[in-house]
Amino acid sequence: MKNTFPQTPNRRDALKQLASLTALLVGAGYSTFAQAAYNKAAFDSKSVNEAVKFQGGGGIAESKDILLNAPDYAENGAAVAIGMSTGLPGVRKIMILIEKNPASLAASFEVSEFVEANFSTRVKMSQTSDVYAVAVMADGRALFSKKEVKVTIGSCGS
Amino acid sequence: MSEPTRIRAQAQGGKTTVRVLMSHEMESGHRKDGSGKIVPSWFIQEVSISLNGKVILDADFGPSVSKNPYLQFVIKGGKTGDKLSLAWKDNRGQTRTDEASVS
Repeated sequence: MKNTFPQTPNRRDALKQLASLTALLVGAGYSTFAQAAYNKAAFDSKSVNEAVKFQGGGGIAESKDILLNAPDYAENGAAVAIGMSTGLPGVRKIMILIEKNPASLAASFEVSEFVEANFSTRVKMSQTSDVYAVAVMADGRALFSKKEVKVTIGSCGS
Repeated sequence: MSEPTRIRAQAQGGKTTVRVLMSHEMESGHRKDGSGKIVPSWFIQEVSISLNGKVILDADFGPSVSKNPYLQFVIKGGKTGDKLSLAWKDNRGQTRTDEASVS
């Protein structure tokens, strides 16, 4: 950027250049992830409740309509298969949380009209812990279901 | 650089089941290396999936997602030949985009 501006920079020109540069960056595909900014506060949260609150969930309540598919025992904490789904209408967001991990929130999915509220992934677990599947509904309610997964070899690293 | 994301999408009975395997270290930032130093965190933060150029799913990951993240989801509709595209961005700002067709 050092030599971009002329020797005697004119404020108006400089602003114009900056504006066109910004437009260029946005146009060049930097906007792919702009829809919903990464919610750092939620992913840094140490507890399930806190993380859900940061993700816009209000009153948290257990619900049988949230289906959580997790193993009883995980031999290897480095990759624990977790599946979750719900048939409820009006789901805005689905989250997977591991209560005793250093940061509880593992993954969060924005449910659009084009996809079903049905996701599977693999997570790391540092120790035996409750795993939460939380669905944030359009009206702000947060419904969850939980299950304890016993980890025989803990791992939060590799 | 990063390895390509493996994407498998299969249309059946009015739904498309998509299985994705991203290639990433997903360092949590809590692990220590051989000399006892903490390995800095390095993980995918944002994933964006589009069908025929239109974003259908946004996912955010924390460092708790396992190494080489696996993701399975179901698209309502979708047909053979539809173009799926997956883009991710990690906490170092690296990005990668891969495409696949529905079969």
